[in-house]
Amino acid sequence: MAALYEGYTLCGLVPAQTLPNSGIQGVETERDSDHVIVTDSTRSVTLYKVSDQKPLSSWTVKQGQTLTCSAVYSSQSKEFVAVSDSKVIRIWKEEDILLDKAFKATVSADVWRVHCVPEGEPVVLFQRGAVRLLDSLLSAPQQPIEEVLAQEEAIRWSTNILAESKQFVIFTTEQKGDHFLYLQRLNPNTLQRYRLEREEPGLSPLSFSASYRDNHIRLLYLYPNGHVYQSVVSMRGLGADEGAQALPLPRNLLLGLPVGEGLLEAASALVLDEAHVAVVGVPHPSAGAGKDFLCIWNTNFQTLQAGKEMAGKIYGQLWGYSNKLFIPHGKTLSVIPYECPKSSLAAALGKLKQAKTEGELTQIWSTATPSRTVETRKTVCWITDNFIIRKHFQFLIQMAPVEEVQKEVEGLLSRADIQDLQASLGQLASTLVSRSLADPAFYTPSTLAQLVHTQSLCHSVCPDLVLLALEKKDYFLCQLCLQFFPDIPEAVTCACLKLHRNEVLRTPYSDTFLLPHLKDLSSQQVVLFLQYLQFLYLKYSQDASTQMHGLRSPSLTQIMDWVCLLLDAHFTVLVMTPEAKGLLLNLHCFVKSQVRLVSELGKIEGSLQELNKMKVKKDVGQYSIEVIELF
Amino acid sequence: MGEFKVHRVRFFDYMPSAIRAMAFNSRTERLAVARADGALEIFNFADHYFQEKVIPGQDGRAVEALCWVGQRLFSAGLNGEITEYDLENMRPRYTVEAYGGPIWTISSNSQGTLLAVGCEDGTVKMFELLDERIRFQRNLERQKGRIISLSWHPSGTLIAAGMMDMIRIFDAETGHATHRLLVERGAGASKSKEVVVWSIAFLSDHTIVSGDSAGKVQIWDGLTGTLVKTHLVTKWDVLALAVSQDESSLVAGTSEGTVVQFQFIASTVDQQDKEWVRTRTFKNHSHDVRALAHTETAVVSGGMDTQLVVRPLLDKVEKNTQESALRKIAFPHRSLVCCAKKAGLLLFQFPDHLELWRVGESDGLGKPGDSLPVKRNPEKLIQLKRKGEDHICCSALSPCGGWLAYSTVSAVRLYRIQYNNISITKVSKLPKDLRSAHQLCFSSDSSKLFASSSHSSVVIVSLNQLECKHLHTLKPRSGSRQPVHLLFASEDGKWLAAANADCEIHVYNLHKLKLHCTVPVHSSCPTAIAIHPVTSNLVVVHADQQIFEYSLMQKEYTEWSRKLQKQGLHSLWLERDTPVTHISYSPKNPAHIFLHDMFMFCIIDQSLPLPEAKTMLYNQMTLRSLPEPERIRHSHAFKICKNFQHLLCVSLLEDHSLVVVERPLLDIMSQLPAPVRQKKFAT
Repeated sequence: MAALYEGYTLCGLVPAQTLPNSGIQGVETERDSDHVIVTDSTRSVTLYKVSDQKPLSSWTVKQGQTLTCSAVYSSQSKEFVAVSDSKVIRIWKEEDILLDKAFKATVSADVWRVHCVPEGEPVVLFQRGAVRLLDSLLSAPQQPIEEVLAQEEAIRWSTNILAESKQFVIFTTEQKGDHFLYLQRLNPNTLQRYRLEREEPGLSPLSFSASYRDNHIRLLYLYPNGHVYQSVVSMRGLGADEGAQALPLPRNLLLGLPVGEGLLEAASALVLDEAHVAVVGVPHPSAGAGKDFLCIWNTNFQTLQAGKEMAGKIYGQLWGYSNKLFIPHGKTLSVIPYECPKSSLAAALGKLKQAKTEGELTQIWSTATPSRTVETRKTVCWITDNFIIRKHFQFLIQMAPVEEVQKEVEGLLSRADIQDLQASLGQLASTLVSRSLADPAFYTPSTLAQLVHTQSLCHSVCPDLVLLALEKKDYFLCQLCLQFFPDIPEAVTCACLKLHRNEVLRTPYSDTFLLPHLKDLSSQQVVLFLQYLQFLYLKYSQDASTQMHGLRSPSLTQIMDWVCLLLDAHFTVLVMTPEAKGLLLNLHCFVKSQVRLVSELGKIEGSLQELNKMKVKKDVGQYSIEVIELF
Repeated sequence: MGEFKVHRVRFFDYMPSAIRAMAFNSRTERLAVARADGALEIFNFADHYFQEKVIPGQDGRAVEALCWVGQRLFSAGLNGEITEYDLENMRPRYTVEAYGGPIWTISSNSQGTLLAVGCEDGTVKMFELLDERIRFQRNLERQKGRIISLSWHPSGTLIAAGMMDMIRIFDAETGHATHRLLVERGAGASKSKEVVVWSIAFLSDHTIVSGDSAGKVQIWDGLTGTLVKTHLVTKWDVLALAVSQDESSLVAGTSEGTVVQFQFIASTVDQQDKEWVRTRTFKNHSHDVRALAHTETAVVSGGMDTQLVVRPLLDKVEKNTQESALRKIAFPHRSLVCCAKKAGLLLFQFPDHLELWRVGESDGLGKPGDSLPVKRNPEKLIQLKRKGEDHICCSALSPCGGWLAYSTVSAVRLYRIQYNNISITKVSKLPKDLRSAHQLCFSSDSSKLFASSSHSSVVIVSLNQLECKHLHTLKPRSGSRQPVHLLFASEDGKWLAAANADCEIHVYNLHKLKLHCTVPVHSSCPTAIAIHPVTSNLVVVHADQQIFEYSLMQKEYTEWSRKLQKQGLHSLWLERDTPVTHISYSPKNPAHIFLHDMFMFCIIDQSLPLPEAKTMLYNQMTLRSLPEPERIRHSHAFKICKNFQHLLCVSLLEDHSLVVVERPLLDIMSQLPAPVRQKKFAT
């Protein structure tokens, strides 16, 4: 499972309180992944060493001048490039102290951005859509710059991508509510224009993110209604028919993010890898209406992988370089390291092995989110349907007494189209849970159990459910959750562990994440737990048939895994604990004998295989009297 | 066909003796093999590798080397004696003491006039070959250290001797050593150990090839005495060398059980100069290869693991023919087991003793495939140690079990056995004519003993409680000097059939005590004969796997035999590589003939059609799977059972149960000493 780690502050921000922006124009990588250049929205460029959280150098333009695009670093020439006052290109090196003494050149048209990919040449994108390589532009700074964009068409976003050793400048424009994507290839130059499908009237994309993979450029964009779309442009046949005509750009709905009430305002989605998207400024599905969250979603399984609340105002800005997210919020620019392990279903859902649940789980979200080619109209229907139910129940649950809620939920669950309502069920469950948490008198165990039984829920939908059950000491519900939820976080598993014993052992987990939480257990608990595991192991290894009967009991390997994990987590503590000594010695002897046994087994493996190959011949001994028949 | 109760006997601890030496006579295509117990065997390579003669060993006779001179065969051994063999009477002809201590090697010049032996005392002794004897001629220049191996140059003027740490070349005329070739010792720890030149070959181009205890095969220039090339072929010893007659190929046998071939060829395609190049490695032995012979088409090897292996060289024979098949000879081609049908007794013949066993009993009935509960265990009744130092060459037990006889090359002994309170009495006075026998046989009523004697004659002795009297000596008219190796007396007491190594089969009328007829001579040696109890037809199986049935009444081949010859035997039958060593009949069904080789036993049902070339010969499994009515259509005359293997004897008792004496080769292997190098897993 992807994870967001504890972040740290790179620098403070001086945002104008009235303005919606953060005061940061851009964050760009410098020589390596540990160096970034931060350009503020006024006059200065600062070079930071990220791991040290400290600035190495800073450059400022004269008062009265402003930097109009974020500075970039050209690794080829080891120079920084920035633009001031839209027309003055400035180039300097790290040892230059004063920016004013460095090289500058004035060009004939307004510059939108300067882009530079690592190992690539800086590219200048003009506001009217023209593109020049920096070197060729500087050879004749005053060269005429053509207008590519139509009247009233303006660039909204741009980036630069290296695909198949060709540089591409990608930018999107807006013209009277229509959005266009431009793909500009350099050397040889070709330009392709696409028209983005319209979302609901009046909605413009909030953010774009582009990536290149498998010969395709993938553009990801987020709308204020929470829809994240992906459009894929093949590199093949690109530039074959170059023309002013805008091709329609097909799109898929990747994610339908919960938006809470109202539309999103400052939000951004960033592609992390082929299966993960980081989203900022979108509410956490289980944390109410607040939008100041940073979340990682898995797009393959539409599951929330990690979430983090960001203190202070979110500006909808997000950059990501080599497993670090840079996010301005409140008055700081924070760096948040993250991890997206290789995305397999098992990884996405924890250490899940049973094929049965696998199938069900993919269903959960793939039905909740309309498949990629679903027509918009149907989506709208679905949304309204869900919306009505949601409204109805929200009202109901917040007010009604226990009995009525139970009745209503039962009625809902008996509906035939229950599969279509899975998203609402999640909502419903989380509302129930939050009311239960808020109002100690209100608790509907049977309703919750029913909801869990539908197998429509998972932990990420209503994360407080398990904790609630634990709090209420409702072990039945807890067991159900452990049984049906594929994605219980390791921390919660540990919490359950303190109370429970076999069901927990069977829940899927990933040891990297479980380990730190296991450390929270006290040594007495660990010793007790280990003793119990040892007891279980001995019991099962002596009598294999018990396992066959109790299908719900953990397997031998699961027990062993847990023993290993516990020892990993607490070894130093256990070594110091006198009462654990006997147990440890026991385990040590046991492991030693096992190792010896296995090595001996390994030795005879070859011979046994040979024996197996041989025809089974019964030993006739020295003499026997046999009966044969000849035909 | 029906069910049989089978006594599966595995308590015959037959243990063949290791092969020590061999010599191949390319003119007569006979291979002489000497074993560790002193026994000598002659294999006829022209007749399907049939073991036509066995000369039993003798205590204290350790043959170290063999040498053919024309048709004469000489051996020398560590007892210091040179022995010439009488291959007609299958006994040593005479023995000459060389007076040089143990003899390691013997070699004759190509002219066949001189015999050289290498002795422990460092002398090479020359013996002159006379018509009837050999005579000491002289010693060559005496050396320090024993002479291990010898090889004459084909011209007869030079002789090379392998010794400790060196090779000497002698001038055969003057007797002086002309060259001394120093052989390097092994590396490492064996540096301090003398290297033994186990084997040497002197080629006509004056190349000397040596094989030594450091694992080297070395090529020397015999004219200059310089080393040309060293091939390290093993970590252990190279024990034996053999060169093909055209000197284009040579083989070396090692302690690891491998045989390495070298060929005299141009090492690169466009090169003119030939050299000895290591070409192939054969691994057919688990233990030391002590003896080698290089025939025109094959490499013959033998050693500690007791098996004689004939490995055809695939560039010399046609592929996928019977000739190209690897042959392993593990068991003697004659019966070591005698079965008293009426008494249910088995006599096992060992070189130095005999064992008499009674088979077990079971009263249960069972389904095919079952093992029946054994009510009475088999029992060893008598273990009879032979007298004297000569090993037993043949033995017989009378059908009633009351008489037991065995013979060595020097004497025949006859015993009377009583079973009520087991006792064995030697019959003290035997007729003078019964001095030594190649084969012994009792008449079916146990009243007569037949013993094959010299010149294919058969001595008849009548037996009764009081005395044993010489009745008659039967002599064939052909005047063959070869020994009789098979005898069979008919059930009715009228006929006696005798087969000799000249492939002749003579049938005598015992009532008239004279020759009745001689079966037309087939080119291959008979390996088993039997006379039908009812029809008096003689069935003969030959080394080439042909089966003939000869009517003694009509003195002609029977109709069935003609049909069989006309149609021909099934190719798979002919491809078997072990001879049929025993034939018996069923008293229940006269149409049935029981016979066996090492790997199967077969019941030939003469009433059924013969298998055609295209039908499956081994069809028991198929028949088993067919429903009863369909079996008839698919069955043919040859009912072959492979359930029991490595058979020494299959015989039918009077109660219609079968006795099967097995000696699994694995059991023999397990009794061998550990080899120098064992194949380990993953090595």
